Parts: sequence; structure tokens; C-alpha cells
Amino acid sequence: MKALGIILAGGKNEHLKELTHNRALAAMPIAGNYRAIDFSLSNMTNSNIKKVAVVTQYNSRSLVEHLRSSKWWDFGRKNKGLYILTPYISHDNCFWYRGTADAIYQNISYLKDSDEPYVIIAQGDDISKIDYNKVLQYHIDKKADITIVCKKLEMQELSRFGHVEIDDENRIIDFEEKPLDPSDNLISTGIYVIERTMLIELIEAAEKEDRHDFVSDIIVRYRKRKRIMAYIHNGYWKSIAELDSYYQANMDFLDRELRQYFFKTYPYIMSKAEDEAPAKFNKGTNVSNSLCSPGCIVNGTVENSVLFRKTFIGKNTIIKNSIILHSASIGKDAYIENCIVDSKSVIPDGSHFVGNHGQHMVIVNK
Amino acid sequence: MTKNGGVCMRKKEVVAMLLAGGRGSRLGILTDKTAKPAVSFGGKYRIIDFTLSNCINSGIDTVGVLTQYQPLHLNRHIGIGIPWDLDKSIGGVTVLSPYVSRGNEAWYSGTANAIYQNIPFIDYYDPEYVLILSGDHIYKMDYSMMLNNHKKKGADISIAVLPVAYEEAHQFGIMNTDEDLRIIEFEEKPEKPKNNLASMGIYIFNWKILRNALKLAEKNHDSSDFGKHIIPFCLNEGNHVLAYEFQGFWRDVGTLESYWKTNMELISLVPEFNLYEAYWKIYTNNEIQPPQYIAASANVERCILGEGTEIYGSVYNSVIGSNVIIEKGCFIKDSIIMTNAHVKENTKIDKGVISEGVVIGANVTIGEGENIKNGIDPEIYNSGISAVGEYAVIPDGVWIGKNCAITGVTALENYKNNRLESGGNIRLEEVEG
Repeated sequence: MKALGIILAGGKNEHLKELTHNRALAAMPIAGNYRAIDFSLSNMTNSNIKKVAVVTQYNSRSLVEHLRSSKWWDFGRKNKGLYILTPYISHDNCFWYRGTADAIYQNISYLKDSDEPYVIIAQGDDISKIDYNKVLQYHIDKKADITIVCKKLEMQELSRFGHVEIDDENRIIDFEEKPLDPSDNLISTGIYVIERTMLIELIEAAEKEDRHDFVSDIIVRYRKRKRIMAYIHNGYWKSIAELDSYYQANMDFLDRELRQYFFKTYPYIMSKAEDEAPAKFNKGTNVSNSLCSPGCIVNGTVENSVLFRKTFIGKNTIIKNSIILHSASIGKDAYIENCIVDSKSVIPDGSHFVGNHGQHMVIVNK
Repeated sequence: MTKNGGVCMRKKEVVAMLLAGGRGSRLGILTDKTAKPAVSFGGKYRIIDFTLSNCINSGIDTVGVLTQYQPLHLNRHIGIGIPWDLDKSIGGVTVLSPYVSRGNEAWYSGTANAIYQNIPFIDYYDPEYVLILSGDHIYKMDYSMMLNNHKKKGADISIAVLPVAYEEAHQFGIMNTDEDLRIIEFEEKPEKPKNNLASMGIYIFNWKILRNALKLAEKNHDSSDFGKHIIPFCLNEGNHVLAYEFQGFWRDVGTLESYWKTNMELISLVPEFNLYEAYWKIYTNNEIQPPQYIAASANVERCILGEGTEIYGSVYNSVIGSNVIIEKGCFIKDSIIMTNAHVKENTKIDKGVISEGVVIGANVTIGEGENIKNGIDPEIYNSGISAVGEYAVIPDGVWIGKNCAITGVTALENYKNNRLESGGNIRLEEVEG
């Protein structure tokens, strides 16, 4: 692979409420055993990319903790491997990252000191399985300046994303951020392929004009001058940046085919090994259509739910349509429906929490 | 100090030597293609994980694993020791297989001989103490406490012992001790035991003393052994041999029945051997797998399930490994199903031990009928357990009784009238893996 990777995982997010008060979006737990960034990181290593930078700022601690040992994604190498780029103060810079382009600019030596001709930029909060080699090949074949991985979405979700208009040969002719009245349903996933030297040039040019955002100050601004191509991704793709989509993304994994696609079809999505004991189901459990992760101990009823690692479900407790994050402990005789229980929460015996469908209640009780 | 007077930069206070070369033939077909320490246990683990985890949890970071019998699984499992944090720049885990040298056709002929052949490995680290372990047992033990006791009492040799019932003592190597727990006599499987302290096969030696004893034993015996030669020799020499009493859960899973029983102990409400406490974690080499999935059609009670396992049928009182699929309509009871096995629709299994990667067809019945001892190995298969060897295949619709043993890719023509009566065997050689 002739590319190096950048995963943007820095942004502040308020849509997930308390769940991201102390956690980066890219470090959000997903599908029981994983964290959101595992998907992009695995895509990188599975595309044979040897050198990847994770750019992070907001609540970076949670992410750094997860990435601390990069060997799980095969990035624990003598040469190349994983770089974690957090903001720092130096002689002539004392800013936090003021935007995605600025974040890359502040680490421009990462780009300048590499020799890979191309750069793949991906997002830390996307749930997808994409072979970046194919995107790169497309980029080369189409003689593109920039290639954006695009996805056709259902109409109602559109206003959260960058909206893309293409011509017959998939060249992007217009790009609008978060439009109020989207005319079409093609959106940008935020995955880009670009030549390394061109990226350096564009980032430096933007910085000179005091512009800091990769999308509005580079993609939108150059959409006519540069040849920007859309690569249409037809497989699963979901951003977890909203509470509802985060909930839905977790529930999607109750589908056997989706699990097969992500986790049991080569190449696999990898994560940090956690060494929890097998999940344990005691007498009187009644579990149906649910994921239960290693280290769980279940004594009650669990329906259409996702239990993360090391959760404890007490006797006679009923969990329905809910997500219980890792190390949460639910006492006995409790009833929890349409909720997301944050990690390490302790829910007392006999508690009763019911959220609404589409408006899930977030419970934090540490 | 090294020979030329410099300081040895790779010095370790203690080196552990883990004997993992035995076959464990009383486990029957479970060890046909796998050494006993590499046999799956407790859903996601292998037997050796407990000893290896004990080492790193006790702060011992230099471990030689001696392999001999069917080492492939073991080698693959241990790798460079990453799961146990034993990938170290100095020390870590080293797999020591037998090798040929000048004038020496060198299989490991006995436990002490195996250590003897690896004297250079131990010398490299210039240790004060050597800890001898075996990879066959299920227990959690802090070896550093045993070592502290060894140092405090100024012992030359410490032997970990476990109090057993007097009526069972005749099955073990029994240590007869004085009131200070100094061992005065060692009796291998005594008819009339004078004491009930059984050797656990865990020894700490002062390396100088062991090194010398190994050299002498090698000269005087063909296949030198710790229990038969080294310990009696050291007692004779007047070395200070100390018993270190271990209190806690310890199981030798040497027979098919004890293997099955010990697995089943893990599913009780609060098991005596608790894998869920954060203290003293057991590590294993597990592939990253999605969580366990339990379908709407499933019933799961009194079970432990490894990651990536998907249950669509009913499973009771069972230990299920990682990445197992149990399809709709299945009824599994009192069974052990190991990693990567696939049980197809409407199959019934009662008291089965199903090895890794086995594929069991639809509408199969295993474990019904009379309790007749196995025709080939009655001493192994006699407690009602039927076993299926790794990567075996069982075709759709067959009926299999109790105490059966099946290996290889079997087809309908291997079953008379689609049946294998209790105590029957189908042992086909070709096994993929």
C-alpha cells in the first residue's frame, strides 16, 4: 500500500449527552467488545497501511488508553506503526486544534517526513468495513485530485452530513455542509484519498489564510478548482455521532448477517484483548435476541439488548431494548427499558427506568 | 557475576521451567493431536493458561516451556507470550523443544532429563532459584509467597504440597514431614500413607543444588525423573527439603471424567474457582471475537459461553468455548463444547465432550442409551461421557450412545444403521487442522 493513514478523532460532541462528557466519540464502546475507532483502525491495517496517525484532542485520555498498546491492530512495529497526535505547545504555537485542517497543519511534519505518495483520511466514529486499497485504485484510475467515499442514505438522516452532488462520471460538482433541504441523498462519509504533497500544499495554503476546517475551507472551497471524485460505498456505514444512531448502530449487531459481515468474514475488525472470563448464565436467566459480552454475569431477563463486558444483571431484573455499557452492575428486581446505562454505573435493587423509543434515556450512576 | 568477572546484565532471580511435554493419555482422544496442556478448558482457556498466568501474576517473567508431544497447538498458543505480557526484551517465554546434538539422540526421556537438557537456557539467566512447574493443573497460586517462605526458612528445596483425604493419599506422592514441615521422607503412592500431604509437582530449587543433582542423575539413570530420582537423591544428601502447604482450589484434570467435572464446577452460582474476580486474572490467547449472541429462539441456563459464540437452541449446564454455533432446535445438556465447533439444527447432546472445530450434523443424538464401557478404552470412557476428537465431522441424522469415542471425518457409511451403540468407536485417522 502506497498510502499513510490519518484518523480524525478529535471533535467535541454533545449529542451523546453524558456518554461523551468524559469520553471521546471515537472511544465510544460499540457492539459489546469494541470501540468505535476499532473499525477505522482495522480498515487501515487490513488495507495494509503501515503508518497511521490518530488525531485527537477532546477527551483524548479515553482514546489514548484504548490505543496505548497498538499491537492489537498490528501497529506495534519497529518501523512505522501508530502515532497519536494530541495538541502541544511549542515555540511558535500555543493553540489547541482550531479545526481538522489546523490539526493536520500542527502535525505537518508527520506528512512531510513520510514517503508514501498518498494519504487516506478516515473518521474515528464511523462504523464501516472498507478496503481503502479499492478507494485508492479508484482514485488513481479516475485521475482524481481528491476522492471522497460517499454513501446513499435515507432521506431523514441527511441533514447531519455533508451533502454531495455528482455528475455522470461521479465527479463532485457541489458540496454543501448539513443542508436544510437536501435535494439528493448522497453524503460524504468523511473518508478521503489525496496525494500527500497536494494535502501539504492545501493545508499550508489554508493556514496562511487563517482557515482551519478541512471540509469547509478545503473541500467546499476547492470543489470547482480540483477534480474531486465520489467513490460510492454500498456496504454498511453508520456514524455514531447522534444518540439515536449510536443506539441503532449497537442494535444493528443483533443481526446475524451483520455480525458475520464485520466479525466473521476476513478481514476481521480487531480490538484490544481484555481477558474477561466467559459470559456466565445462572439459573433462572431468560435471554433472548441479545449480545452478552465476556465477563458478564446474567441472572435475570434480557431482551433485545446489548450487554457490554463485565456487566452484572441481578435476579428477577428485566432489561429490554437497552444498552448496558461495560462494568455496569444492575441489582435485582429492576426494570430497565429503552435505556443506555453508562459504564461502571451501579443501579440499585428495584430501580425502574423507562425511556422512549427513539429517545433513549441515558443513565449515569457511578 | 559472569566468568570473565563482569556483571551479568540478564540476571534473573528466578527462572520457571514449565513441563508441558506430556501426552495425558487418560484424556483419550482429546490428546490425540494435542498435548494435554493445550487442551481447551473452561470455555475460552487452555489448561496451560492457569500456570502461565500464575507465573506472570507472581512476578516471574522468565519462563521456559518444555514441549515434546504434539506441540503445534501449544506453540501457536504461546507464540511470543503476548497474552501473558511475557514478550520481554530480557526473559519472557521461550518454548524449549527437544533437539539433536552431537552424540545425543535427544528426546526428553524424563522430567529431570528435560531440565538437564536445558541447563544452558537456565545458566544464561544466572538465577538463584529455579521453579519447576507442570502445565497440567487448574489452580491459582502465588509462587512468590512460596519463594519468600523458601528464602525465609533457608531451604534448599521447597515442594508445594496439598492436604488430601487419607483414603485417597495412596494415589499421590506423599511427603512425610517433621513439625517444621521439613520433609524427611518421600513415598510415591504408598500403600499405607503416614501423612496426607501430596506433592503438587511444584518445586523451588536453589539452582546450584539442582544443577548438580541433574548432572549426577543423568550419569546414573536413563530417564531421570524428579519424583523418582532428584527428590530422593536430595533427601539422601541431607539437603533442607521443605514442604510448602497450599490451601485452595487445585485440580488435576488428568482423566476424562475429572476434566469434565472440573469444567462443570465453573458453572455453579459462585464457583469455588472464580474466574470473575479482577485479582489474579487468567490470561489466554484469544482471537478478537464479537460478543456472545443469544437468539430469541434460545434458552440458556447454568452455562458459561466464550466470546463469538452464537446460541439459537437450548443449552443447559454446559461449558461452551469461543466462536461456537449451536443452531435452532438443539438441546445440549451437561456438555463441553470447545472453540469453533458447530452443532447443526435439532441435535441432542447429553454429557458430550466435543473438541475444537468439530462439525455435528443436524438431527444427531449423542449420549443416549445404556451406560456400557468403551470397547477399546474401557478405563477412559466409562462414566457416560461420549467424546468427539478435534476437527471431526459427524453426519446428519446419526444416533450415538454413551462412552463412545469418535475421531476423523465420519460419514454415514461409518455408522451401522445410522447408529453407534454405547461404548462404540469410530477412529478415523485423517483429521484436518
